[in-house]
Amino acid sequence: MTTQTILPVDAQQLGAQSQSSGEPGWLKDSRLKALELAAGLDLPKLEKTRIDRWNINNYGEYKPSQALAALQDAPASIAGLIEGQEEGSLIIQRNSGAVYARLAPELAAQGVIFTDLQTAVREHGDLVQRYLHKAVLPEEHSIAALHAALWNGGVFLYVPKNVVIETPLQAVLLTDDAEAAFVPHILIVADTNSSLTYVDNYVSDKTEAGLHNGAVEVFVGAGATVRYATVHQLGQDTTDVTYRRAVVENDGTIEWIIGEMNYGDTASDTKSVLKGNGSSSDAKVIAVGSGSQKLSYTTQAQHFGRNTPSDMITRAVMRDSATSIINGITKIEKGATRADGQQTEKVLMLSPKARGDANPILLIDEDDVTAGHAASVGQVNYEQVYYLMSRGLSRHDAETLIIYGFLAPVVSQIPLEGLRNQLQSLVERKLGQ
Amino acid sequence: MAAEFVIEGLKATIEGKEILKGINLQMKGGEIHAVMGPNGTGKSTLASALMGHPKYVVTEGTALLEGEDLLEMAVDERARAGLFLGMQYPSEISGVTNSDFLRSAINSRREEGSEISLIRFIRQMEAKMKELDMNPEFLHRYLNEGFSGGEKKRNEILQMMMLDPKIVILDEIDSGLDIDALKIVADGVNSMRSPERGFLVITHYQRLLNYIKPDYVHVMMQGRIVKSGGPELAQKLEAEGYEWIKEELGIEDETVGQEA
Repeated sequence: MTTQTILPVDAQQLGAQSQSSGEPGWLKDSRLKALELAAGLDLPKLEKTRIDRWNINNYGEYKPSQALAALQDAPASIAGLIEGQEEGSLIIQRNSGAVYARLAPELAAQGVIFTDLQTAVREHGDLVQRYLHKAVLPEEHSIAALHAALWNGGVFLYVPKNVVIETPLQAVLLTDDAEAAFVPHILIVADTNSSLTYVDNYVSDKTEAGLHNGAVEVFVGAGATVRYATVHQLGQDTTDVTYRRAVVENDGTIEWIIGEMNYGDTASDTKSVLKGNGSSSDAKVIAVGSGSQKLSYTTQAQHFGRNTPSDMITRAVMRDSATSIINGITKIEKGATRADGQQTEKVLMLSPKARGDANPILLIDEDDVTAGHAASVGQVNYEQVYYLMSRGLSRHDAETLIIYGFLAPVVSQIPLEGLRNQLQSLVERKLGQ
Repeated sequence: MAAEFVIEGLKATIEGKEILKGINLQMKGGEIHAVMGPNGTGKSTLASALMGHPKYVVTEGTALLEGEDLLEMAVDERARAGLFLGMQYPSEISGVTNSDFLRSAINSRREEGSEISLIRFIRQMEAKMKELDMNPEFLHRYLNEGFSGGEKKRNEILQMMMLDPKIVILDEIDSGLDIDALKIVADGVNSMRSPERGFLVITHYQRLLNYIKPDYVHVMMQGRIVKSGGPELAQKLEAEGYEWIKEELGIEDETVGQEA
C-alpha cells in the first residue's frame, strides 16, 4: 500500500528559504533532493503501528526565531531546565531556530565546536557536509526524507581528537508556536579517543496539534566514548517521530540513555551501528505511557565489527489506555565474530485498557557469537500490593512503590545524578495524575 | 490501653469453598495465643482472612480490635489500626529496597509533616537488625528478593519490631528455620511482649512453643476451633499427636475444603 506523501512545502519555497537563510549551495541541493525523494517514499513500516493514522502532517512553516538577549529571558516553560547554566555549554532551540548558544571558553580553547547546526553549516561547512544525513538516510522513508528537506535549528557538536570532556553539554529544544516548524537535527562527531556527554530535553508549551520530526546522528571515532542522554516531554498535542543513529568505529563506545516521557503519540527508533572491531553499545530506555497515547519504541544494535558487545534495556509503564509496541532488534552480520548482543524489554501495565507488546528480535548471520533476550509484559502483582498494604501502605502508595521498583534497575544505573532525579520526577508527574 | 481482640463467628470462603466455619476467639493485650492443628485445617486461612488477603471472602462474622471491626476495613487500614501479620510466604518485590519500604510503612502511620527522619529511622533499623543477627546490607537489598527462607522470616520479625503493632499474627513463622534462627526469631518476639500487645501464633509444630510460651492453646480442625486449653494442651499434643482429639470429637477427616 502506498500513501501519497503530503509535502508541507514546495520546491520553490524551500529553495528560496534556503537561499535567504544564507545556506551554501550543497545544502540547498540536499534539501531539494530530499523533498523530491519524500514525494515518492512511503511512511516507515512500524510493527503493529498505524502511523499513517497518526497526526503527522502538522509541520507548520519555517519561522525565524528571535535570539535571547540573555539566558534569563528564556521562556518560563524551560526555566527549570536551564537554571544555573549561565556558565555551561548550552544550546536552546525555540521552534524553527536556535535562540541561544554558548560554549564554555575552556572547551572552545581545546577546539571543541558546539553551536546550532544552521550556524555550523556556514562556519564549518566541510565538516558538517561530511557527516550530515550519513547515519539517518533520507532514502529510508518519507519521514526521514522530509526531515532532511526541512530540518531547522539543531545542534552541532564536534570534539577533537584526544579531548576528554567531563561536564555534560546540554541542549533544550522547545516548541511553543503552533505555526512554526520544529524539525531539529542533532549531529555529534567525536574524533579519535575523545570523550563527551551530551544531554538534551524536548519540551512543548502549546495546545495546538504539532509535530516533532527529529533526527539524531552520532559518529563515534576510534576509541572515543559518547554518552547521549535525551528526555522527551512533549505535550499531548505534539506527535513525536525521532530517529537516532550512532555509527561506532574501532573500540568506540556509544551509550544511550533515553527517557520517553511524552504525552502524545510517539515513534522512536534508536540504533547503534557497531562498525569497528571492539566497538560497543549500551542503550537504556525508560518510558511511561498515559492517556490514550500510541507508542512505538525500537532499539537496535547492528554488529559488523568483531568483538562487539551490545546491550539494550527498555522498561515501560503503561497506564490508562496507552498502547505501546516495544521492539528490540539485534542484528549480527556475517563476519562479526565474538559479537555479544543482549536485550531486555519489560512492560508493566497499570490498567486493563493499557496495552504493551514486547518484541525481541535476534537476526544472526554469524556462528561464533553470543546473544540473548528477555521480554515480559505483565500487570502489577496483586500479591505484592497486598503485602505492602498489610504493612500500612495505601493502595496508591503500594502500587507507586512497585512501579518505581520496576523502573529502578534502569534508573539507578543512570550515571548522571541530575538526569536521574529529573527522570524520577517526570515519572512521578506522569504517574501521579 | 491494652488491646482487646475479639473474633466472633468468622466464616470465610476461597473460590466459593467455605474454609472457616465460624471462628470464635478472644484475646487481650499481654496474652499469647497459639493456634495449632494439622495441615489443611484452616489455620493459615484464618491469618489471611483477618489481614484481608484478596483471595479470601469473609461471609460472616466480626473481628473487633478495640471495638472496631477490622473486617469492615481495607488491608492497609487494618494494618494502621494495629494488626500485623508475619507471613508464611512473604512477597519478593524487585527494585524496592527494604529500607525505602519500611520507611514508607512507618510514615503511613504518621501525619504528613511528621515523617520519621532518615537518620533516626536508619539508627532504629540497624539496632533491630543487630538484635535479629541480620547483615546490615539487608537494609539496601530489594525487598525479600533472593532472601533465603530464614532471612525472609527474620525480615518479617524486623518489620513487626519496627511497626509496633497491637495484635501480631505469626503464620508458621517457624517453618524453614533451623534451631538457631528459630531462637533468634523467638527472642525477637519475646522482646516485643508487653501488656499492650497480643500475639496469635499459628504453627503445627509444638517446637516453636518451647521458645514462645503461650498462655492459651487452640486446636483447629475442619475450619473451627475444636479445643482450647492452657500450655499443657500443647505439651499433650507434642506427646500424643492429634488423634486423641479426633477420637474424642468423632472426627474422621480433620481437613477442610480439600478435594478427596
